[in-house]
Amino acid sequence: MIREALLVLSDGEVFEGEAIGAEMSVAAGEVVFNTVLSGYQEVITDPSYAGQIITFTTPHIGNYGVNLTDFESRRIFCRGVIVREMARRRSNWRATADLNDMLIAYGIPGIGGIDTRRLTRHIRDTGAIPGAFGTADESTLRAAALVEPGTDGVDLVAQVTTSQPYTLGSGTLRIIAYDFGIKHTILRHLSEYGEVTVVPARTGAVDVLALKPDGVFLSNGPGDPAMSPCAVDAIRELVEAGMPTFGICLGHQLLCRALGGETFKLPFGHHGGNHPVQQVSSGKVEITSQNHNFCVDPSSLDGRIEVTHLNLNDHTNEGMRVNGANAFSVQYHPEAGPGPHDSQYLFDQFARLMASAKGRSGFTRNSMTGYETPGLPTIELGVAG
Amino acid sequence: MPKRTDIQSILIIGSGPIVIGQACEFDYSGTQACRVLKEEGYRVILANSNPATIMTDPDFADRTYIEPLTVEVLAKIIEREKPDAVLPTLGGQTGLNLAMELFHAGLVGVPGTPELIGANAESIETAENREKFKQAMIEIGLDVPPSGTAHNMEEAMEVVARIGLPIIIRPAYILGGRGTGMAATMEEFVKAAAHGLDASPVSEILIETSIAGWKEYELEVMRDRNDNCVIVCSIENFDPMGVHTGDSITVAPAQTLTDVEYQKMRDAAFACLRRVGVETGGSNVQFALNPENGHMVVIEMNPRVSRSSALASKATGFPIAKIAARLAVGYTLDEIPNDITKMTPASFEPSIDYVVTKIPRWAFEKLPGTSGILGTQMQSVGEAMAIGRTFPESFQKGLRSLENGRLGLNCDPAEKQYDALDDAELLRLCNVPTPERPFHLGEALRRGMSVDTINAATKVDVWFLDQMLMIVEERAHLATLGFSAMTKRDWKRAKRLGFSDPQLGYLFGVDELDVRKARLDVGVKATFKTVDTCAAEFAAQTPYHYSTYEDTDEVQPSDGKKVIILGSGPNRIGQGIEFDYCCVHASFALRDAGYETIMINCNPETVSTDYDTSSRLYFEPLTREDVLNVIEAENPIGIVVSLGGQTPLKLAGLLPQNLIVGTSPESIDRAEDRELWNVLCNQLNIPQPAGGTAVTVDEALAITDQIGFPVLVRPSYVLGGRGMRIVNDRDELVSAMSELIGFGALGKEGGLSAERPVLIDRFLEDATEVDVDALRDATGEVVIGGVMEHVEEAGVHSGDSACAIPPPTLQPWVIEVIEHYATSIAHALDVKGLINIQFAVRGNQVNVIEANPRASRTVPFVAKATGVPLAKIASRIMLGATLQQLREEGLLKPPVTGHTSVKEAVLPFNRFPAVDPALGPEMRSTGEVMGIDITFGLAFAKSQAASYSALPTDGSLFISLKDRDKPAGIIVAKRFRERGLKIIATKGTAAYLARFGFDVDRTLSKLSDNEGTSAVDLIASGEITFIVNTPSGSGGRSDGSHIRTAAVVHRVSCVTTVEAALAAAQGMAEAAATPMTVRSLQEFHGL
Repeated sequence: MIREALLVLSDGEVFEGEAIGAEMSVAAGEVVFNTVLSGYQEVITDPSYAGQIITFTTPHIGNYGVNLTDFESRRIFCRGVIVREMARRRSNWRATADLNDMLIAYGIPGIGGIDTRRLTRHIRDTGAIPGAFGTADESTLRAAALVEPGTDGVDLVAQVTTSQPYTLGSGTLRIIAYDFGIKHTILRHLSEYGEVTVVPARTGAVDVLALKPDGVFLSNGPGDPAMSPCAVDAIRELVEAGMPTFGICLGHQLLCRALGGETFKLPFGHHGGNHPVQQVSSGKVEITSQNHNFCVDPSSLDGRIEVTHLNLNDHTNEGMRVNGANAFSVQYHPEAGPGPHDSQYLFDQFARLMASAKGRSGFTRNSMTGYETPGLPTIELGVAG
Repeated sequence: MPKRTDIQSILIIGSGPIVIGQACEFDYSGTQACRVLKEEGYRVILANSNPATIMTDPDFADRTYIEPLTVEVLAKIIEREKPDAVLPTLGGQTGLNLAMELFHAGLVGVPGTPELIGANAESIETAENREKFKQAMIEIGLDVPPSGTAHNMEEAMEVVARIGLPIIIRPAYILGGRGTGMAATMEEFVKAAAHGLDASPVSEILIETSIAGWKEYELEVMRDRNDNCVIVCSIENFDPMGVHTGDSITVAPAQTLTDVEYQKMRDAAFACLRRVGVETGGSNVQFALNPENGHMVVIEMNPRVSRSSALASKATGFPIAKIAARLAVGYTLDEIPNDITKMTPASFEPSIDYVVTKIPRWAFEKLPGTSGILGTQMQSVGEAMAIGRTFPESFQKGLRSLENGRLGLNCDPAEKQYDALDDAELLRLCNVPTPERPFHLGEALRRGMSVDTINAATKVDVWFLDQMLMIVEERAHLATLGFSAMTKRDWKRAKRLGFSDPQLGYLFGVDELDVRKARLDVGVKATFKTVDTCAAEFAAQTPYHYSTYEDTDEVQPSDGKKVIILGSGPNRIGQGIEFDYCCVHASFALRDAGYETIMINCNPETVSTDYDTSSRLYFEPLTREDVLNVIEAENPIGIVVSLGGQTPLKLAGLLPQNLIVGTSPESIDRAEDRELWNVLCNQLNIPQPAGGTAVTVDEALAITDQIGFPVLVRPSYVLGGRGMRIVNDRDELVSAMSELIGFGALGKEGGLSAERPVLIDRFLEDATEVDVDALRDATGEVVIGGVMEHVEEAGVHSGDSACAIPPPTLQPWVIEVIEHYATSIAHALDVKGLINIQFAVRGNQVNVIEANPRASRTVPFVAKATGVPLAKIASRIMLGATLQQLREEGLLKPPVTGHTSVKEAVLPFNRFPAVDPALGPEMRSTGEVMGIDITFGLAFAKSQAASYSALPTDGSLFISLKDRDKPAGIIVAKRFRERGLKIIATKGTAAYLARFGFDVDRTLSKLSDNEGTSAVDLIASGEITFIVNTPSGSGGRSDGSHIRTAAVVHRVSCVTTVEAALAAAQGMAEAAATPMTVRSLQEFHGL
């Protein structure tokens, strides 16, 4: 039976729809949109969406169901999903459950039937905006939207990072991966090159150095980079120690802050799988997966870095190399998951950097077998297929 | 990298006439390319034989050659124009094939000759040669369906032992899929292999693992010379593998791929382009996916823009051809701005927030003898595209866009035809791919057959079936609610699932307008969204809209003088690119005159649905409901209904009458309504064949009792002679009437009613047919645009007949009479705009056959022949301009003379070997070509070469005539002998000729006598190089039809009228006496 529901934004804008996913009378968070055409499972399970409600601009969501291997984290951290049309029947040989059942199993509410194009155009003007949805009445939802803090000035990393270190993969290179909300696809890539130990976000530089790593990886993650000062300190020490370092997304922003640079919030962020990024050195264009609201201000790092990548849509910074250090980072998601594979060369670049710091001329790479990586935390879907 | 400055001039090869598999999409892409390259400052030289295209308008290139697309002609153009480069990737398969022939002839792509840009010879070869392509894909680690070739049964058995069953067999060098077969058992295999070996002239078959039933996908890729690659669009086929993608319902974007699979496919597509060596431009790559395990194989790729790239451009707003042209001259994707957002570059992948459905349209009803079953050969003649926020909405919009009498996915009067089918038969029909399949699937779901049962039988994906089930369930729900109980929420839900007002009216038993009023009363109205390439991420100004039922509308208000132009919908035989040309010209002319033009159309192939063509584009079905929605959103000052063929004309009476500009609907009706028309002709004293109208068989017989036989029988309000035939006796009349009466019940065009009776006219034998296009303004001035004399006699549909400007045989005073009659008729009908009138001239008497106060199929041909832009002028007249004003503006100039232009039809029979290619009153051509030269003979010879049936210079003429034609046969035989051809005739014709002292070189017996060598044998052996065969009336499959079919299969020119034979002889004589020359339209027009 249809459960009528409303979405109310903090500026008073109201949308009519119907409840999907887990039952909840009020769900609140920062409303953002994502323009990917495929990959809703990866997006919904991406920890970078902690605190946010994801609007999918693609109208049909859930068509190919969900499966055990396309999870990007051990559970779902977003606050809810907004769709135009939730599939009632899935079709794909890889699927083991319906998306709607997965949402229910993880307690994630959603709202369907929404004019998501109207909502997207609205967010395009207002920027990411607090909102609330559910089966409650309009005034209750409005009140919830008004008290929702959004993601500015909130330490969301603490909510998503691993509580204990864990290790996966094997090989000659030893990589320490900071988990600010790390995506499993990144771990799958890193573990192609060696043994990866994932550490909590608050791990100090001394503890990392004690593990004698060949390189340190700074992961993606949710929210405002200014809210993780202790990670910034650790990164500064590691980079200054000459440690080969590679950052993605939040990792890129934290590296910037570790170098004393500034980050700022974009009007409505970049959330999609089709952003053109230009490699400054070659002029080549990569189509990239993106998911961030905050951005590095390269002018605040004048002389300390070389800008390596630029966004061709709005000319914001997409990548940098630190002068006089073994560190580089990108704002976008070269690991894809979901998204294009155009930028996966960056993982090789990281491996080369680690190998040469070790005095070696090259590195070996295990092939990714299938879609699963042994050693990743097991995902329990908890629903019948 | 900026654009190349080392080249200054570029030759673009067009795609020639519209044929099945190659339609308006290449006019769309070619027009874009010409525009862009001119903008970039290159000197553009265009070669295309198709006069109905926008690209061959003299404005779009510096030099436009409407000449036959042959190597000989292109060599002459190259010699004359000395282009620095040749761009072959925008003219379809024709363009690519010609480029390869030019390359092999050493005329392009080698030092000292023009460079091939866009694709080089090696990459074309790799992509086009099946075996090479497969090897290349295996080299880069991509899977292809396993296959092998065999030349005899022994080799065939070896191949099947290696690759296993089921298989598909494709004979080499065959036409129209002859000998193609599938086999799932060894018994079937032995039979199919033997059949295939037999069908192949070189005894060679390709045996390929059958992947029928797999899911089919297509990716549209662009690559620049910096190796940047982007996917413009992914497309998923509704019909599983086994149906040609051009005949499949297709959906964009892909709906049932996980991102993991999609990215794997994307990587494979890029790898494919790189391996094939497409350095710049657009290509498409087709994939099949095993639904059981995701196993992906590459099917094929086209290293050029294609039908699907046109679809992808319309589906996303990303103009592939425009960008491909820029890439070909050296730009990279990041240097080209996205046309739509203006702020972002073209180096991105469009994201879309709606669903696009393309549904093909076929013409089997015009091709008796065809099975109507879809397969690996494309058979559709057109397509409609629909945009909706969801699949059900876009699917239902697509179905009603087809204009085949259906209102959506069933829920309409035509669904009653399924009542007679039992469940088993229905399920069997669901599994046979035919144009009816979607409706069969809908009915099966309605009867409660499960999605899984239907999926198991048909392999149509369960997601699509479940989406269809939502439509079916909603219908059942609505039926229980009833009209008066409908709430706002109910209306909204129904409209969001794509139900049309007429469907709901049918369901509730109320008029469509009552449905409209009821839902508007509660505030459920269409909202218009924008196609913006980026799913609303960035602001877009592009006025490209589609309707849906959502919260808000995005149409920007404007206060200009707005004019809606109704397009012509999906291409069909009888209504194609010519009408799109007229609509586009109207848009150009009215924009130039300061109007805001609003185009409504649903054909993704066309120039009219380019978002650049009009001030605003609404990609919508051409139905009353959908057009009213746009009218309400835009408040136009006028609507142009008379340029898009029958489609908009049929709507004219259903729209607000005060908005219809140009000739009034009453006048249109006076020309169409037989009684009113007779009165008009009598008043004007213009002779016409005796006739009458009938709705029943008895009424029809009463008419023939009065006027006698033969008669011409045709339904009213149809185009292209749909259902039209010449009837010789009472029995034929009874069967013709019964069939026409049946049309209405089947939901097809042309059903009979008191408002739409059959017209029955005495048929004038041996008459010459003449077409006139004329313009008249509100002051009463008439300008005759062109008088066209048909080459074939009256009785052959004007669309299938060759015709010439100026008339080659008519007496000047007869032409004056014709012009005088045309003028009187235009006055009497108070025409404001264009009128087309057909006459039949017998002896010295001019009879009027019919008049249509609207744009005709010949308008673009006349415009190219005379330099007078009839459609532009007509559109201005409709908005109140006078001919005198337009003369002063310089739009109306005197016609250019001094040359002859011949239009020739191009027929689809090579796709349908089972169909008798004899011409008749029902139009069957898909396209046309034009030949221009200083004399009729030379122009005719060019028109024949352009329609791929070049006149012979040696070999033998085979002549077989019906008795009535035998006297003229003597002349024909003499003329061909003078040209050096031997004369072969059937016994009867030979005996007749001998009586007049003409001895043929060889006599053949009838096929039915089954003795000695037959004409079919000599056609196959190549000895017969030209055939004159005039059909001896109706009846079973006669000798003549076998001969004509053989001619089609072996590509031997065959004419079915004496007039055409004489024209050919004249052409051959003049072509032999004068070396062929090429000349551009700009030179002919004195520009």
